[in-house]
Amino acid sequence: MVRRPFFWIIALVIAVFAALPAIGNNVEMRESLVLACVYITLASNLNLMLGYAGYINFGSIVFFGLGGYICVWLVYAHNWPLLPSLLAAGFGVSALALIFGLGILRLRGHFFALATIGIVEGVQAFAENFSPWGGSSGIYISPAVFKPFGGAAEALWVIYFAMVAVMGASLYLSYGIKSSKFGLGLLAIGQNEDAAAILGVPTPFYKALVYCISAFLPAITGGLYFFKSAFIQPSDAFDLTLSTEAIVICMLGGQGTVTGVALGAFLYEELRGYLLTSPTFADFQLTIAGVLLLIIVLFFPSGLMGFIYSRFPRTQKVLE
Amino acid sequence: MLGFIASIIDGVLVGLVYGLAAMGLTLIWGVMDVINLTHGAMIVAGMMLLYLLASALGLSPYLILAPSLIGGFFAGIALYWIAIHRMTGRPPLMSLLSTFAVNLVLVGVGTAVWGTALFNVEVSVPGFSLGRYTFPGPHILAAVLAAVIAVGLYFFLHHTRTGKAMRAVANNREASELVGIPTTRLLAISVGVGVALATVSGTLIGTLFPYTILSGDSYELKGFIVTVLGGFGNPIGALVGGVALGVLEGAVTPFVPVSWTLVIEFALFVIVLIAFPGGIFTRRRGGL
Repeated sequence: MVRRPFFWIIALVIAVFAALPAIGNNVEMRESLVLACVYITLASNLNLMLGYAGYINFGSIVFFGLGGYICVWLVYAHNWPLLPSLLAAGFGVSALALIFGLGILRLRGHFFALATIGIVEGVQAFAENFSPWGGSSGIYISPAVFKPFGGAAEALWVIYFAMVAVMGASLYLSYGIKSSKFGLGLLAIGQNEDAAAILGVPTPFYKALVYCISAFLPAITGGLYFFKSAFIQPSDAFDLTLSTEAIVICMLGGQGTVTGVALGAFLYEELRGYLLTSPTFADFQLTIAGVLLLIIVLFFPSGLMGFIYSRFPRTQKVLE
Repeated sequence: MLGFIASIIDGVLVGLVYGLAAMGLTLIWGVMDVINLTHGAMIVAGMMLLYLLASALGLSPYLILAPSLIGGFFAGIALYWIAIHRMTGRPPLMSLLSTFAVNLVLVGVGTAVWGTALFNVEVSVPGFSLGRYTFPGPHILAAVLAAVIAVGLYFFLHHTRTGKAMRAVANNREASELVGIPTTRLLAISVGVGVALATVSGTLIGTLFPYTILSGDSYELKGFIVTVLGGFGNPIGALVGGVALGVLEGAVTPFVPVSWTLVIEFALFVIVLIAFPGGIFTRRRGGL
């Protein structure tokens, strides 16, 4: 894998993300890249389900929000340091996903998608009623937790680099899975699940495994994100808009591709940044996401990468 | 004991309306195997129509059912041509995404125009008393109307040419094409009827409870549960499923805080889906 050019392309992307805002201490650019990192991480991991295995997950935000809650709660109520809280969030959410997954992945197609909507609503209702997590008013953590990093300003940089690292890990994970036997099995499930099962792909196990894996990094990013804002509440943590945007990004970039999803996330973030600052469009963010998704689904189902592949066939050998 | 009976009756009344809210969803699902994710937005469209006409023109809420029905029908036909027609023969994921996209557009425009304020339409219909419990008039009237609409839909599906053709298309699209049924037109009509049912149920629900632009989601989810319980495309089944859900809500309310009933419902939804993986569904698939 190290010999392939794509490996180094990912490394280059990570280096650029880490270096650009650090040069000249550009905080504004860092904040915009934080969002890009969140989008790339969420969309890449959603892509494992949506693009590879062909299972639509409307509830990918659950992993992000639950990870945020577990991390913030451990820091707040049990005074854990950040790193073990993050790991606890990642492993805890993955374990939950495995349990959920073994159940709901017996469903196929439509019914799986519906069950994921049910899970989002159920988990959000749970967080709103669970008193250790502050119910609907959420949890605030005091700025004192940033002390071990040498102050709030330094802590924000540490968190940023950690988020870039998680983003890089997501890209390598997507790439690694795609070029493995496991990934081939998933792609086969996406094409035709019955045929895959007959050819010896252990479909229930693979599906549960990919659901579980796709929960780990979003949970860690969620932990970092909400630790950074030092505040978490159910309506932010389980914001369905973010789930939706992750789906739009996957379709925009080209489901099942690693480059496309990352590129789509970056473009979408830029577009969104522009729309939010423009007074005319600020209220129509969801509408524009919807129109974009509709156009892609109707006319360009293979997304940006489909276009690039058909235009420049040679890129298929380099860009996964 | 009287309290228990009262909560059961209340559950039945609310459940009939849930059944009506689910009917459009289950009709489209049964006829063309498409899950219409704009259903919630269409319910809200019915509610907003009620608010606009009742507050601007001072019309009686029950008169607004007619424009709601007609508007919903045409909205549904437009929805078919925009989002569903091109999806025939593509993977099921695609029709989910396309209807989801239309839903985003509708909800986005709604929140941009009205925000997430709470709307309430006052309706005065005399209620019915049982001991110290009173059942509000609008609930009784809505439940009766829901039952009437369900029976009407049943007769439409079983005793009119269009309805029979719709069931034929649900059963086997190719075969119905062979015997000369204009399947495309019928699919468009089915979506129209399904969406009209959604807007009408929205208008009725608007007379019972306060609502926001985002209320549609919870009725859509209840619609999924009702469909799972009651089977596909079967209006009477939807009513039965709705009543089951309403009675469940009524029965658990004395024991758990109201905010937990949502968690219980969604847990039930996921469990029913898992416990009958395909069982409940396949038996009825294509057989309206």
